[in-house]
Amino acid sequence: MTDTALADPEVGGEDNDSAESSALAAGLRGLRLPTVAVGLAAVAGGILLIVSGENPLSVYWSILDESFLSGSGIGRTLEKATPMVMGGLAVAFAFKAGLFNIGGQGQLLLGAAFAAWVGYNFDLPLVVHLPLAMVVGGLVAALLGAIVGALKAYRGAHEVITTIMFNFVAGNLTDYLVSRDGPWNDPDGGAIARTPRIRDSAIIPTYGDIPIGFFIACGFAFLIWWLLNKTTFGFEIVTTGANKHAARYAGIGVNRIIILTMAISAFLAGIGGAIQSQGLFGRFEASNNAGLGFDGITIALLARTNPIAVIPAAILIGGLNASTTRLQQDFRIEPEVVSILQALILFFVAAPSVVRWLVRWKAIGDEEAIQLTGGWGA
Amino acid sequence: MSTIKPIPLVLAGLSLLAAILLYAWDGQQTEAVVSRAVVEAGPLLLGALCGLLCERSGVINIGIEGTMLMSAFAGFFIASYSGVIWIGMLGGLAMSAVVGLFLAWTSVTLKQDQIIAGTIINIFALGFTSFYYVQGRTMPGVPRVAIPVLKDLPFVGPMLFDHGILTYSAMFIVVAVHLMLYRTRWGLRTRAIGEHPSAADTVGVNVITLRYRNVILGGLLAGVAGLHLLQSASSFQRGMTNGKGFIALAVMLFGRYRPFGAMGAALLFGLLGGIQAQLQFKQALDIPPQFFGMIPYLLTIIVLAAAGLAARPPAAAGTPYEGA
Amino acid sequence: MSRLLEMKGLTKRFGPVLACDNVDLKLDAGEIVGLLGENGAGKSTLVKMLFGIYEPDAGEIYFDGQLADIEGPGDAIAQGIGMVHQHFQLVPPLTVAENIMLGAEVVPEGGPGSVVGVMNMAAAEERVLELSKRFGLKVDPSAVVEDLPVGVQQRVEILKALNRGARLLILDEPTAVLTPKETDELLKVMRSLADTGVGIIFITHKLREVLAVTDRVTVLRNGKYIGSAETAESTQQSLAEMMVGRSVVLRVEKGTAHPGSSVLEVRDLRVRDDRGSAAVQGMSFDVREGEILGIAGVEGNGQRELVEAITGIRHSESGAILFGGIDMTNATPREVSEWGVAHIPENREKDGLVDNYSVADNMVLNTYFKEPFASRGIRVVDAIRKWASKLIEKFDVRPRTITSPVKSLSGGNKQKVIVARELSAENKLIVASQPTRGVDVGSIEFIHNQLVHQRDKGRAVLLVSAELDEILSLSDRVAVVYEGRVVAELDGATATREEIGLLMAGGSASEAAVS
Repeated sequence: MTDTALADPEVGGEDNDSAESSALAAGLRGLRLPTVAVGLAAVAGGILLIVSGENPLSVYWSILDESFLSGSGIGRTLEKATPMVMGGLAVAFAFKAGLFNIGGQGQLLLGAAFAAWVGYNFDLPLVVHLPLAMVVGGLVAALLGAIVGALKAYRGAHEVITTIMFNFVAGNLTDYLVSRDGPWNDPDGGAIARTPRIRDSAIIPTYGDIPIGFFIACGFAFLIWWLLNKTTFGFEIVTTGANKHAARYAGIGVNRIIILTMAISAFLAGIGGAIQSQGLFGRFEASNNAGLGFDGITIALLARTNPIAVIPAAILIGGLNASTTRLQQDFRIEPEVVSILQALILFFVAAPSVVRWLVRWKAIGDEEAIQLTGGWGA
Repeated sequence: MSTIKPIPLVLAGLSLLAAILLYAWDGQQTEAVVSRAVVEAGPLLLGALCGLLCERSGVINIGIEGTMLMSAFAGFFIASYSGVIWIGMLGGLAMSAVVGLFLAWTSVTLKQDQIIAGTIINIFALGFTSFYYVQGRTMPGVPRVAIPVLKDLPFVGPMLFDHGILTYSAMFIVVAVHLMLYRTRWGLRTRAIGEHPSAADTVGVNVITLRYRNVILGGLLAGVAGLHLLQSASSFQRGMTNGKGFIALAVMLFGRYRPFGAMGAALLFGLLGGIQAQLQFKQALDIPPQFFGMIPYLLTIIVLAAAGLAARPPAAAGTPYEGA
Repeated sequence: MSRLLEMKGLTKRFGPVLACDNVDLKLDAGEIVGLLGENGAGKSTLVKMLFGIYEPDAGEIYFDGQLADIEGPGDAIAQGIGMVHQHFQLVPPLTVAENIMLGAEVVPEGGPGSVVGVMNMAAAEERVLELSKRFGLKVDPSAVVEDLPVGVQQRVEILKALNRGARLLILDEPTAVLTPKETDELLKVMRSLADTGVGIIFITHKLREVLAVTDRVTVLRNGKYIGSAETAESTQQSLAEMMVGRSVVLRVEKGTAHPGSSVLEVRDLRVRDDRGSAAVQGMSFDVREGEILGIAGVEGNGQRELVEAITGIRHSESGAILFGGIDMTNATPREVSEWGVAHIPENREKDGLVDNYSVADNMVLNTYFKEPFASRGIRVVDAIRKWASKLIEKFDVRPRTITSPVKSLSGGNKQKVIVARELSAENKLIVASQPTRGVDVGSIEFIHNQLVHQRDKGRAVLLVSAELDEILSLSDRVAVVYEGRVVAELDGATATREEIGLLMAGGSASEAAVS
């Protein structure tokens, strides 16, 4: 069954004595494909850059210099990476149960909008206000996720379709909420559709150049890793993803798992949106969060759905995104070059057979291919 | 042939009836709305037919959005630089065929996850077309043809027979796809490989070749859809598809994987767009436009969720063929 | 009669497994040859080489006296070889005529329609009707295939092959899915087809059918050619010996049963199948402590739905399932297993195991949440490992490693993992569905002995099997099911093969008693 390839077969499985070293070896093996994929994407992207008359090496150096080699650059990178960690976690977590959450975008928007609303509308002490705003944002998104899960579990409506559709519903809804006729509109914003500024008591601070929100996201990554690998609930999720039928025969409430997994996945994306509002922008603005939901797919696959590996994957993609202003200044390159690179990374990481063929590296196995959906019926 | 459960057709019929009544009440306004609905339905229908051809052959295509964008991009710039709209349209079609070829290669040959493959197309298309976008160019317009005599018919004339050529092509293509799918050898084989590929393989139908052919053909239809967007907008803008490729997916599902079902759904969705635009134009809008904007998506979700309404997708859609 | 087919020394290897080893087969026009062998004997592999699905590693195929080079199914069809696959190669939403014409569509020449390949479906349906009359296979050309009963679908498959001018017809286990009545009809059709000059290769492991219809028999065992015999000179006994390679059927060593009180009581149970038609139509029976109740019957007579209803997988329409006084009707699978029901599912790969999981994780697949394998929602890996290590010793799972993924195990060892998991818990009832299907002989004996051992420990065992031999050798009592009902309950010690066979085929109890 190819659709089980993402399941973690080693949960609780390794031998005692060699557990440490084999885990390390497995970790290193897991790095192989993503590393080569990023390298190949850089080469292919370089060709595109040459076509448009740029020197790829100087472009790549600028990215490195801008995003990773200065304190403020690292700060910007981590700022960009923060919602990506959450979006990547959302996708990766759903993958574990065999679900493809393509709705990170809509869930993130809901989280961002509702967190902003709690943030500006209420006057509470910081210890309550800040987490409350985040949790409300996350829960509203989770509600959407639960609906998607329930539609899948009880009505067989495929989550890929429903999450795509809900992206537009959520996009329209949040647009409306902050539009001039909407209830959350900032009267001082003029033509800009946005909420009023979030009160200081709900703002996630930065420490020097470093956004605290990033560490919150990392905390979630470790929490999700722990949940999946150490708890019986995680075992139920991974079992459902690996073999739904066997899970059912083993007494696992598969429908419950599908709903909960979608809800948690959406919660994570929603928290990502909340951190955007509370940490980066200080308000919700309709046009601020475009495309973030799809970054989560690239990041989750680049991380091979490992929650911890989502962090470096998000830093890489975040770094690319953090360099766009500099690229525009230095080379007059449009920021969308980053999307092209991302699509290329996604392609190579999802097609190990191509990578193997291109680099003649037999060690990269086909079992690393990612096969999830296997049709609408799955 | 199996029985047709024409929910979208019925809804479209009811809408048409409503339109006639409205016409009696306010002819000019109704004309504007319906005419706009027909134009808006064009790309949705063509995109949906792309999805339909691919899925009927067993390949899920969620890259319709990206294919449309790539085609519109190539069509616009090639037309702009050559100064000939026909060359531009050929360029757009060629581009969409290449995108179709990519999807076929990744999903049929590489057996990559098809939803990821479609996502790659969407992300790449948005990046590529924005990256190479050049501001300030114009292109010659897509010819508009008012069909003599027919256009002077009351009511239907201006609504149906005074459009750009690509709108007519959508009407023609939907009939052609229907006839081809249900009446020809190709259609029978296409339906077979999307449901039970090894059954077709064991009687000598080459599943791989036919899937390639149909996915590329589907790409071409999405290409026409992209060009149709150009016809309406008369220039290329970044991200100009703006989710239409995903609505096309909804149209396909809502139309139960049938060409005429898709046509009904596309007209219905187009009508919603037409009414919204007209109300906004007239400033007679009590309902926020965003709520209008949600309706197609909510409708699709409801149809998927309602028992008995959702069509069964082709059994093999999404599964790479591994041989008999 | 002329020699139609001769296969010489055919060999096919899959990795380390020799699926077909130097096999010969001969067939004349108008002749029916039975290809006999147990599961995994290499029958399907052999004919798939003939049909061009597999390429032989060695050996030659002569068709019509010519050395044939068959490059694929399409090529085989073109040369006049047709095959009815075990899993039907029909497109369910298409009509009978569309299915038969697929790949050989009627496209009139000339006119604009021929450019795009417009079909003439009226002519196609006409042709199907004509074929159907000529060969005596009744079908409605415009019916949609998925609405037809299995037996009719099979007829469509045969017509499909004949339509392409098949002179050699391969039938791969055609009776496995049929009711006894449909089977008899099929055997008749085969005979009349052979009379028209078609050569037929009939794959089966059912001796009765081989004796009833074939002219000659070729027997395979473990991928090897064992021999051929004239059917007229063969008996069930002689063929069985060739097939299994040892004399008579295996009998399990077991003492007399000492049944106690009822553990499972099924009362007038009604259950629907996936398509919504009534599968279990009012079944009633008891299973007592310390006995094995065997459910005998041709597959598809409600057994699967019965088991799924008892174990909580499937919804029961009406009736009651009582388990030691608890009303277990429509309980969840978790409740059922918590109350003390073990389940060895029919489809072990799909339902019983998670292929990618280690042996250890599969050993606790339904107990992972309990002490000592988990403590307050946290998994205790050491306890799981200890438990799994103990079980692989006790149940002789090979290789002796708990960390390798279960997908690397052989079929027999996979089944042992399930048996170990299910039988090691403190259960009162064991529901075993086709427990030895596709399992090697050594594992069969082991699993049978385990089931008897469980009985002797006072547990109730409900054994569902399509293998009559398994039912006869294990059961203390036998309930025969036919069309969703229990048609007779027999004493396992005195029941005979013939008696059960007749009841399974829908004969009445009195007839059975007389015979």
